[in-house]
Amino acid sequence: MPFEGLAEKLQATFKKLTGKGKLNEKDVKSAMREVKLALLEADVNFLVVKDLIRKITDRAVGQEIMESLTPGHQVIKIVNEELTALMGGTQSKVVIASNPPTILMLVGLQGAGKTTHAGKLACYFRKQGKNPLLVACDIYRPAAIDQLKIVGEKVNTPVFERGSRNPVAIAKEALEYAKDHQYDMLLVDTAGRLHINEELMEELKSIRDGIHPHEILLVVDAMTGQDAVNVAQSFHEKLGIDGVILTKLDGDTRGGAALSVRAVTGKPIKFVGTGEKLEDLEVFHPDRMASRILGMGDVLTVIEKAQANMDSRKALEMEKKLRTRTFTLDDYLEQLEQVKGMGSMSDILSMIPGLNTKKLKGIQIDERQIPRTQAIIQSMTKKERNDPSLINASRRKRIAAGSGTRIQDVNQLLKSYEELKKMMKQLNGAKSKKGRLRLPF
Amino acid sequence: MESDDRKKKSFFSRLKNGLTRTRGNIADRVDELIRYYREIDDEFFDDLEETLIMGDVGVPTSEKIVSSIREKVEKEKIGDPSRIKDLLKDNITSILKRNTQPLTLPHPTVLLVVGVNGVGKTTTIGKLADRYRKEGKKVLVAAADTFRAAAGEQLEIWCQRAQVPIIRHEEGADPAAVIFDAIQSARSRGTDILLCDTAGRLHNKKNLMNELEKMNRVIDREFPEAHKEVLLVLDATTGQNAVSQASLFQEAVGINGIALTKLDGTAKGGVIIAVKSQLDIPVYYVGVGEQTEDLQPFVPEDFTEALFES
Repeated sequence: MPFEGLAEKLQATFKKLTGKGKLNEKDVKSAMREVKLALLEADVNFLVVKDLIRKITDRAVGQEIMESLTPGHQVIKIVNEELTALMGGTQSKVVIASNPPTILMLVGLQGAGKTTHAGKLACYFRKQGKNPLLVACDIYRPAAIDQLKIVGEKVNTPVFERGSRNPVAIAKEALEYAKDHQYDMLLVDTAGRLHINEELMEELKSIRDGIHPHEILLVVDAMTGQDAVNVAQSFHEKLGIDGVILTKLDGDTRGGAALSVRAVTGKPIKFVGTGEKLEDLEVFHPDRMASRILGMGDVLTVIEKAQANMDSRKALEMEKKLRTRTFTLDDYLEQLEQVKGMGSMSDILSMIPGLNTKKLKGIQIDERQIPRTQAIIQSMTKKERNDPSLINASRRKRIAAGSGTRIQDVNQLLKSYEELKKMMKQLNGAKSKKGRLRLPF
Repeated sequence: MESDDRKKKSFFSRLKNGLTRTRGNIADRVDELIRYYREIDDEFFDDLEETLIMGDVGVPTSEKIVSSIREKVEKEKIGDPSRIKDLLKDNITSILKRNTQPLTLPHPTVLLVVGVNGVGKTTTIGKLADRYRKEGKKVLVAAADTFRAAAGEQLEIWCQRAQVPIIRHEEGADPAAVIFDAIQSARSRGTDILLCDTAGRLHNKKNLMNELEKMNRVIDREFPEAHKEVLLVLDATTGQNAVSQASLFQEAVGINGIALTKLDGTAKGGVIIAVKSQLDIPVYYVGVGEQTEDLQPFVPEDFTEALFES
């Protein structure tokens, strides 16, 4: 996808910044252009984007740059937090009526996936021990009732249908039927319609007024473009929706429509359709959606991990040690432990967008090397750790034996350490180009 | 479903009607810009770009259009914003006119209809079947969407309306086998046009795309004397993902043309400009309503005109 590299682009924008100081307006502004483009490519509505950018800029300007994060990552973090907040922060579930049956009514444009998702909901609630009844109120599309019947059969849920009679009457009758037959949930499938089709919108209103659904769920195709705003707004204005089901999220769409719909209706996304099978219905996770819209894989997880593990005070100390050239093997060990706390190295690297496997091959990370390195360092005496130049051939032999490694491994480690020290010299010489430690893996 | 006394409007006015809100978003906004700006400056171009993006034209294509207009403005020293509208129209039309190879339907032709879920493949086939039969062609429909529940039934109803025969297997059958049978049948009936419906599939699902490739191979192998057209159905409400859809379907089976459906909503279908600009695929048809005759050949000038006419 073209914007997988948002993080990289932001890094490039912030290249000139050192690791310290505050983000100023100019820095943030150029970064916001990248964020804006990423959101627009994801089909987030333009006006929603504008509003978001304003909010994010306000928050980002003047922020202290944290030691544990690069400025680029920090901006992404803010963007992500704003996106997540806009999408409702936490998950939102369907409210089960205290006095059954719980009535859910599905509405939406043609081809959004209402019938399929009526089936998916039946499957989902059945697993939760509910006893749902599907109601076929799409009397217009050829074979829509047949489709619902087949879907119903697959998920073991009866379908209430009265052919192509008036859908309002069908819905009302279904409600009575459900009450009489102890169904505790009514899932009403309606015909797909254009939001500008007054006549059909009136019909939906009549169905609503006839059965008073506990929730009206708007089914929206995740691939919808800028028009998602119009669609959501008119359905909401005319019917008052309570939540959204976002479908076809198993495609490669970034799903910016989710944000638009949420922004104009203020109603939460409750479920997402994630596959062809009728079990493929998931509860919506705002945070996951945020990173998807940004097209960044799981970079946020990486950021969070880095934040949690790379204690900023420790990092500062480490940097000081590097500068004053008192970086010992003990410090090296400590750094390794920090990295280890972040999970497997290749996991972390694979989560970073833009890093492709080709590049990874050049880096050659061997996670197994980390505990081995630890073992080697721990097999050294305190004296040796502080002054590795002491380590002669016989000491090497002892260390190798003590750590269960080979002498070559000990040599390798000492070499890596020397490289790091060399880097540290450069760091001192060039007045900290990047401003933070780079591990010599 | 619509009442029969529905006023028969010309196609053009219906397309225009369908695009009313679009105009509210593109044309009106351009007019607004023209009224607002005394001279053409950077900010004007930024606003123009925004307008296009709001019409689903997408960032790269909008940038491209605006920069080429900017170039022209600078070269010809155009200072009057009111001339921008014509430049914009010309620019969009020229993108849409790129490779407008018409759909050819010699005897016999196989038309394989593909697309993601819910774009209107089955409905489009129903409309096409009716259209071709009325043109005097012998049409046969193959129900190769054996996956979605009741897809076959839906198609069968359309075929009854259009009075054309249909080849169907059970739900869950191998779609390539349906196509195989349909080809044999088409040959013995002397069918002019064989329309093949396929199951909606998201373009990033490798196994489903492989299945489509298999159908495509069966057509090539079993019906070599037939002219083959692969029609991709795109939903006008779709955003930038349409570009990805077009390019991945193109990669898998090779697309000859596009049908752009659901233009009767408020959706702009602006993404077709992005698709045209990035991929060289002709647009054959546009769908502007639920009636059979609402599926019409695509005319670039009309599309742009409908977008801008006030």
